[in-house]
Amino acid sequence: MLTKRIIPCLDIKDGQTVKGINFEGLRTVGDPVELAYLYAQQGADELVFLDITATHEQRKTLVELVRRIAQKINIPFTVGGGIGNVDDVKALLQNGADKISVNSAAVRNRHLIEDIARQCGSQCVVLAIDTKFEDGNWYVYLNGGRIKTDLLALDWAQQGVAAGAGEILLTSMNNDGTKQGFALDITKAISESVHVPVIASGGAGTMQHFVDVFEKGKADAALAASIFHYREIEIPILKRYLAQNGINVRI
Amino acid sequence: MTVAVLKYNAGNVCSVRFALERLGANFIVTDNAEELSAADKVIIPGVGEASSAMAYLQERQLDVVIKKLCQPVLGICLGMQLMCDFSEENNTKCLGIFNQHVKLFQNPTGKVPQIGWNNIGNLRSPLFHNISDNDFVYFVHSYYAELSENTIAVTNYGCNYSAALWRDNFYAMQFHPEKSGQVGQRILNNFLNL
Repeated sequence: MLTKRIIPCLDIKDGQTVKGINFEGLRTVGDPVELAYLYAQQGADELVFLDITATHEQRKTLVELVRRIAQKINIPFTVGGGIGNVDDVKALLQNGADKISVNSAAVRNRHLIEDIARQCGSQCVVLAIDTKFEDGNWYVYLNGGRIKTDLLALDWAQQGVAAGAGEILLTSMNNDGTKQGFALDITKAISESVHVPVIASGGAGTMQHFVDVFEKGKADAALAASIFHYREIEIPILKRYLAQNGINVRI
Repeated sequence: MTVAVLKYNAGNVCSVRFALERLGANFIVTDNAEELSAADKVIIPGVGEASSAMAYLQERQLDVVIKKLCQPVLGICLGMQLMCDFSEENNTKCLGIFNQHVKLFQNPTGKVPQIGWNNIGNLRSPLFHNISDNDFVYFVHSYYAELSENTIAVTNYGCNYSAALWRDNFYAMQFHPEKSGQVGQRILNNFLNL
């Protein structure tokens, strides 16, 4: 049976992980490759690397980093942040990334998803959607949550999948950083309305939150950052907890 | 021993290379017919779309070369599907090493593509030496090969299908051993040791 996936997310700036990391035993605390390797050893099912500097000059740094990650770890990983055209995508895939995620650029250029899917395959296109609940609707936000659009998350997810996205990475800005749990309603609504997997993100604080997002939120995968980085929840313990609660996971 | 990794318009050549490096294998990436024929093992990676991959192979007559190979050959993911007779993906005539069709998942309860870790069972091949029934491997695919007399591993996603195939010197896997953690590494190593 296909298992539910647990995905740690690493924010990258100038080739280093930036969110506070509280890991003993890492030789270089900020080295994403070492942290990625550790998560892979612990049983992470995939990894996401989000380049939060992502200017044109730093592209080269990112591509080199992707290559180092791919050399070292043997589980799949996604790279996102500032990807705006098919050439960016090809450079990342050719250096070992399995998937890329697009966000703002896909809203601004409605052909982007289609172009990547046609040239590189839908399986490598993750549509990342940042969304915020306001006045009774879930609106899509761009530029790391700084710019509001008129788009509704559910509509955008469906349009993205129709254009060729192979997966949706849904982040609720209302929940992100709160540790009060994932946004179950919008996750469920999107998961049930598209035929591709949905990765839920934002709000993980307890192990029960993961159970809820899989059972009630109908997510196919769950992503979190700080709870893993600060070792508030350890992946092996989380997976055992999920298994004990009837969630099918890889142990 | 030299492993030849087929160079063609498929996505995961790099990941397969890195996996071979981690195993300390001596390998080349090539689309040269002589180099392919002379290698001790051949790996046909594959992430992509069937008709364009087949067109690429045919333009370079690599389809003919592949079918004539006598050493152990391993097709991965799309590489496996190309080794079948026909794929529903853009109705593509494939290599025909395995006499079976590749079909689109019709999974009423699941998502398509299948993305993630699923277990393999009914293992019957030296490829799975030291691998247990129900070990997990990583899949990403929308199309699948049905069960047949060539099936050497079974996975379920809405239906039971072939996670791996074998006939004579040809081996094929729907999952990605190069992305399947320690289990995948052991499977690749088993192939190198055939």
